[in-house]
Amino acid sequence: MANKGRVIGDTLLKVENVSLGFGGVKALTDVSFDIRKGEIRAIIGPNGAGKSSMLNCINGFYHPSAGQITYKGQVRKQMRPHETAAGGIARTFQNIALFRGMSTLDNIMTGRLLKMKRGFWWHCLHWGPALREEIEHREHVERIIDFLEIQAIRKTPVGRLPYGLQKRVELGRALAAEPDLLLLDEPMAGMNLEEKEDMCRFILDVNEEFGTTIALIEHDMGVVMDISDRVVVLEYGRKIADGTPDEVKSDKRVIDAYLGVPHE
Amino acid sequence: MTGDILGFLFGPLKEIWEFPIFFVEVVIGGLLTGVMYSLVALGFVLIFKASGVFNFAQGAMVLCAALSFVGFQELGAPIWLALILTLATMLLMAMAIERLVLRPLVNQPAIILFMATIGITFFIDGLFQTIWGSDIKRMDVGIPKEPMEFGGVLVNTFDIVAALVAGTLVATLAFFFQSTRIGRALRAVADDHQAAQSVGIPLRTIWVIVWAVAGLVALVAGIMWGSKLGVQFSLALIALKALPVLILGGFTSIPGAIIGGLIIGVGEKVAEVYWAPGIGGGIEDWFAYILALVFLMFRPQGLFGEKIIERV
Repeated sequence: MANKGRVIGDTLLKVENVSLGFGGVKALTDVSFDIRKGEIRAIIGPNGAGKSSMLNCINGFYHPSAGQITYKGQVRKQMRPHETAAGGIARTFQNIALFRGMSTLDNIMTGRLLKMKRGFWWHCLHWGPALREEIEHREHVERIIDFLEIQAIRKTPVGRLPYGLQKRVELGRALAAEPDLLLLDEPMAGMNLEEKEDMCRFILDVNEEFGTTIALIEHDMGVVMDISDRVVVLEYGRKIADGTPDEVKSDKRVIDAYLGVPHE
Repeated sequence: MTGDILGFLFGPLKEIWEFPIFFVEVVIGGLLTGVMYSLVALGFVLIFKASGVFNFAQGAMVLCAALSFVGFQELGAPIWLALILTLATMLLMAMAIERLVLRPLVNQPAIILFMATIGITFFIDGLFQTIWGSDIKRMDVGIPKEPMEFGGVLVNTFDIVAALVAGTLVATLAFFFQSTRIGRALRAVADDHQAAQSVGIPLRTIWVIVWAVAGLVALVAGIMWGSKLGVQFSLALIALKALPVLILGGFTSIPGAIIGGLIIGVGEKVAEVYWAPGIGGGIEDWFAYILALVFLMFRPQGLFGEKIIERV
């Protein structure tokens, strides 16, 4: 029951005929799909289908060997991750990539780095405008902390937090960048039912309140079918289905892929 | 037999009690040498904090900086110009290391990067000695070396200046790393390359900054040690003295590098003066390592290092 009453806009990101190979291994073959402004788009598929590779292409960690990616109407050449970040793409990782030595607060503050405008030398001085800027960003981060209900762990080094909370802090860091496109790589992996429900609520709230476009990879089919507007299905690096949750659910190739039945 | 051991252990304490002024001189001498160790250790801490790499080449960088500084002066450059040219050399070196060594090794385990820095060490040691020659050179930056007297205690003026310089450098860097936006970016890079990139930190720029700052610290250390001992290959070996300092202070702590340096400086000086004669002398070379080893047993993360807590 994806939320009604939201506005789904034009195409924000378009993936066209993207292929990606590592030596002899084809991770992605000729994959095309689009993500529209304001929607929640899921990418699903069995293990090794190329889902994370797809996110890594969008985010600039990998460069497709063929095909092109159009983001905000512009065809992207080889983009480096910090450039895509500057373009408004934020992400979380499958195996949590937090800055373990830092507190929750500092982790989320790093998400604001790109928003800080004052130059290098101002921040070396840490005085005047630079200090005011730091305080403004701190306020924004506090709002995110409230939103994600993690006030109690503000000062805790993230390495000490349980898994579910680490995932939440990672989401917070991505949100701090106020992204136009948020990529979530298995945001609910390894969570218990209660934590999953919380995470679902956060994802829906982010989408609804901030209008953030979200692309997510998730294995829990119940969750995927509940929260996403459209689903793209990959298998062995190829796209086998694309459509609304209901369409995808009844697609024969998808059922075969998930049950492991070879299709004729 | 027991009497001998007790005599060896406690005899010197009697000596200290009887000649306190001399003891104070020894301690101050140790503290000031310790400051110089801290300077070298600081370079290690900077790079370790910001990239998770233990940079074995720090000692070689000290030598390279000192050699270039003296070399430019021999070519006729005044001190200020030599200083600028040496800084430029260190910056170029930082950029070359980033481009040729670090960039191809992004996301590799720390041990791989460590091995790479061992390679860099021997390469730049050789390169700079080829360029500037391997003779022992005298360095004079005009710091007076006459002893001064404070209430009956003799102290070397040079050592005081060195301590002041080191103190200023450390205070600046500690502040830079702890409280600024760039400091936070540096710590982020040290923790996780991929995550740092994904929040928009340009990895390459950060690495150049860090190595250039480490080069600057190497230059200061090189000038200080070079003026004290002369510019020669053994400068590169002083880096090895920084290891026990790091173990004591913690690899990630700038104040730790200072306190660690002071403890090692005083410890080895006092041990050398009072206990070495009892066992035939020459313990200054290895005492620091024993101290560090004992320390490791009780506080493996160092005095101020971040305690690593893993959830299993």
